[in-house]
Amino acid sequence: MIRGKPDEDDYWNSSKFKAFTFDDEDDDFTRLKESKRAVNSIRSLVEEEDEEDDVEKVSWSGEPVGSISWSVKETESSIRSTGEVRDQSFPKIHTAPSLPKNSSGYSLSSLFKGKAKTGSFQSFSESFGDPSIRNYAPELRKPKSEYKDYVSDWTPEETVKRMQQGKVYSLEKFHSLQDKLLLLDEAVNAHDGNVITAVLIYLKKSLSKEILFRELITREIALRHYIHYLKEIGEQKLLVELFKSLDRTEDMALMQYRDHLNIRDENKRRDFLKNCLSLPFSPDDATHVQDHYTLLERQIIIEANDKQVESSGQADIFKKYPRKASILNMPIITTLYYSCFYHYGESDGTFSSPANIRKTFRISDKQFLLTCLGARAKLKAWFDVDALFTTKNWLGYTKKRSPIGFHRIVDILQKNNAPVQVLQDYVNLVEDAEQKISLAQKYKCHDVIINTYRDLKDRQQLIVYRGKVERGSSEYRKIEEILSNSQIRWKN
Amino acid sequence: MAHSVRRDAPELPDFSLLKRLARDQLIYLLEQLPGRKDLFIEADLMSPLDRIANVTTLKQHDVDKLYKVEYKPIVSTSDQLCFLIRPRIKTVKWICDVVNADKAFGRFRRYKIIFSPQKFYACENLLEEQGIFGDVTTDEWSFYLLPLDDDIISLELPEFFRDNFLEGDQRWVRTAGSALHLLHSVYGPFSKVYGIGRCSKMAYESWREQVEEGEQRARQAEIGNVFLIDRDVDLVTPLCSQVVYEGLVDDIFRIKCGCVEFGPDVTSSDKSIKVMLNSQDKVFNEIRNEHFSQVFGFLSQKARNLQTAYDKRSGMDIKQMKTFVSEELKGLKQEHRLLSLHIGASESMMKKKTKQDFQELLKTEHSLLEGFEIRECISYIEEHINRQVSMVESMRLLCLLSLTENGLLPKDYRSLKAQFLQSYGIEHLLTFSNLKQLGLLVEQQPGETLTVMESRVGKLVNDKTAGKLTDAFSSLAKKSNFRALGRRLNLVPKSDEEYDLRVPRDMAYIFSGAYIPLSCKLIEQVLERDGWTGLEEVTRMLNGHEFAVTAGSNGSDARVKTDSQRIILVMFLGGCTFSEISALRFLGREKGLKFIVVTTAITNSARLLESMLDNHA
Repeated sequence: MIRGKPDEDDYWNSSKFKAFTFDDEDDDFTRLKESKRAVNSIRSLVEEEDEEDDVEKVSWSGEPVGSISWSVKETESSIRSTGEVRDQSFPKIHTAPSLPKNSSGYSLSSLFKGKAKTGSFQSFSESFGDPSIRNYAPELRKPKSEYKDYVSDWTPEETVKRMQQGKVYSLEKFHSLQDKLLLLDEAVNAHDGNVITAVLIYLKKSLSKEILFRELITREIALRHYIHYLKEIGEQKLLVELFKSLDRTEDMALMQYRDHLNIRDENKRRDFLKNCLSLPFSPDDATHVQDHYTLLERQIIIEANDKQVESSGQADIFKKYPRKASILNMPIITTLYYSCFYHYGESDGTFSSPANIRKTFRISDKQFLLTCLGARAKLKAWFDVDALFTTKNWLGYTKKRSPIGFHRIVDILQKNNAPVQVLQDYVNLVEDAEQKISLAQKYKCHDVIINTYRDLKDRQQLIVYRGKVERGSSEYRKIEEILSNSQIRWKN
Repeated sequence: MAHSVRRDAPELPDFSLLKRLARDQLIYLLEQLPGRKDLFIEADLMSPLDRIANVTTLKQHDVDKLYKVEYKPIVSTSDQLCFLIRPRIKTVKWICDVVNADKAFGRFRRYKIIFSPQKFYACENLLEEQGIFGDVTTDEWSFYLLPLDDDIISLELPEFFRDNFLEGDQRWVRTAGSALHLLHSVYGPFSKVYGIGRCSKMAYESWREQVEEGEQRARQAEIGNVFLIDRDVDLVTPLCSQVVYEGLVDDIFRIKCGCVEFGPDVTSSDKSIKVMLNSQDKVFNEIRNEHFSQVFGFLSQKARNLQTAYDKRSGMDIKQMKTFVSEELKGLKQEHRLLSLHIGASESMMKKKTKQDFQELLKTEHSLLEGFEIRECISYIEEHINRQVSMVESMRLLCLLSLTENGLLPKDYRSLKAQFLQSYGIEHLLTFSNLKQLGLLVEQQPGETLTVMESRVGKLVNDKTAGKLTDAFSSLAKKSNFRALGRRLNLVPKSDEEYDLRVPRDMAYIFSGAYIPLSCKLIEQVLERDGWTGLEEVTRMLNGHEFAVTAGSNGSDARVKTDSQRIILVMFLGGCTFSEISALRFLGREKGLKFIVVTTAITNSARLLESMLDNHA
């Protein structure tokens, strides 16, 4: 690994393949040996990986027969003869597998997989020169089974085990339904999701879906793997069929509904949602999906209209507050806010009016008030804000009422930068005196504080507060005035 | 503020070895594709990779250009492409597209995929289906464990939670087993393993099998005991607001792979800086486990000390000054830098939290944990939703309500769900379905008695059938029983008692004295009792799957009270929070133990809930 010197770099670049391979092989060795020394006890793990590498590389590059023999020959004769060697792990194969001359029904690559195993195994033990590797427990069994025949006759248990270890395996011999299911159950018992899915992929290819679905009904764990797999590879249609056959209609409906997220065009999306209305949702969800469709339908109308109005420059509101984003696909409450912002005071009949939205989507009083308040406060339409709370009784007196505590209202107004004059009106409406004072102090509503102390006849607090306001200010003078008022009967 | 160590706690093993192993293997794998190559790295592998290697290392091994996987057509001109990815269908699909596009273009390149930490058959199958099996070589980079700190090791697999607990896919079970096997091989042999949860049980089995397959080596154990716990045993704890410094930093700024990015509001300059947060940072190390209310005081004291240290200069002669500059100044400057950083962070967090009425939020959470004034809590949550304040936060409160109350009343469920959908978008129907499936947010069932029946049936039949039964009744089986557990394990201290956060008396300090995390309490109890004896009722309420096993003959020194016996490896399957780690550190100090936390990922309420979202294509 001494590759730091710059003058050497040129050399590497010019003839890197040859030299590289050479060097590299050394590298592998030293590195492995280093690791081995460093962590003696994890050696088995390292070996497992490398062995795996060998196997896999052999089988993968081995898909076209020509390339297998080619690369095998190459590695056989010399590892360093050419830079075209694709896999650096090949070099360790000393004994090339003898390919069978008769071409049986079995794929060459699968045959090769089995034999290559022996090669890599040997090479490893040799390269390590460590006899202990032969005692490596599962390896004892392996060569034996590999010599049996080219047809693997591993039991379901052995097959699953091999799959877990990333070794060569074959699922081809699991022909009968019973065998297939035994294999699946074995995979489930091994708790390895990777293997469970692998077996399911095989079953998917080799069983009709009706049969597979039927068998999965009683195999919850395998079923969940299957569903997740189908979700991941995006086999929507099959998934829908599966849910249908399982009688999981709500899941099926949601699954199909989910697809609307993939549709960018709003008109297509709306049409899709319309089709969703007939899906077997739970009664509650059906209402929500209906709302979704209605909402988008209206948003499309509002958007088209407002866009046109905005660009024509007809309405002041759009000139003063240009729209930051389109209203399409926004939640109901955001749409309501938008409507309270741009379409306040429109008659109930129009789709874009707050009242219409409120009614269509069954928005609660509390929710309506909160949203409306936010929008009107943002526009600093304090008159509208006032009107929201004002109720007239039959005698014609007006009174302010709210479905939520006025301390909350104050909070919202303050967050919308309401001026003190507006704020204090609402602070005054807070019923709890203590809360009123703390809010007033927080937002510097001097009048409210002073009046409250006056009403509480709390002379001491008033004196304390006098110390907090600026000397000579109007508040100061007001406190002075009250304190010198002989009409008040102070409690302290 | 720094706690005195009550008993001599043993030294922690050196985990840097794990990094070296991972780096060596990566280099080895890169060399399997000799020659210059461009490397495409999966976005969430970049930070872990950064922790163990750097660009120079990669360049030294013929990596030309580095790209992030972005699921777009590529621009590379290299003849060799190497992909370093997680075994995800989506990423493999993208690679298939890249390769097939090259083919269509008549362009010849070599491709190699390195899956980390392992490959899945489903991925290979996709390569085969897309007709590029063989054109692409694949490898595995067994980078299972990333040490984030002296006592934290992460598998960096945030998807573990969703895959395992929501989708019911056990693909990561063997990964967890292999990670454990690696630790066992290097730092074991373990002599005792405790655990609770279905996944823990399976991971244990997988690990055991792997040990059997490998060879045994007699060596001095560095880690004696192991505790495995499924995240879904305790879902309440990760959903609580974190108030311990490190947890709070994670909640607000999101610590990524042990590193946090502080924005201009923290650095009080115009740029952001990335800071490693670990025990190397001396200032951070002293405040990370402290309740936030204690941090300011500590930092200002520290600042004063620093001032004094600087002030020493005034009366110095030249020689003293020289020593000062050469010996102390550098350290002081470093400390100064760190101090101002953490003060900045604290200020920024303070501001953010006061803005959103943190106190009121915490009050609601504490009421939920206590089971007190639930109606008020519900209207607080409702208003939170109505005002369209943070969606995840609303969802968090709803889940906490459901978990602590054993589900919502049908009427509340319907109304809150409807309002949630109105405020945050109707497509969250899908999220609600997920939350229900996982048992995070459910409706109370009219037939509560069913659960009792089910647990009786569960006891009668053997384990295997019980597992199937549990799955069949999955929604019922996920009853949280939080109140009963809380009483049984004293998780919620009486609220009328004053709790001195300066001198914490138990693990509840991590939640301002309001709640002892269930996960950590279980660990404490089991270690104390050396097993589950006496906790039968608790485990029944947690749906069982508890185990405690002792190693056989080869763990002969198990009974010898060595240091390794006081080192406990706690593995969280599905993620753990910084608050839980703080709680375990506290427990360790109290009992003279050292905890090493191994987690599939560091989590918090936002990450956990975001993994439940389904509202994007």
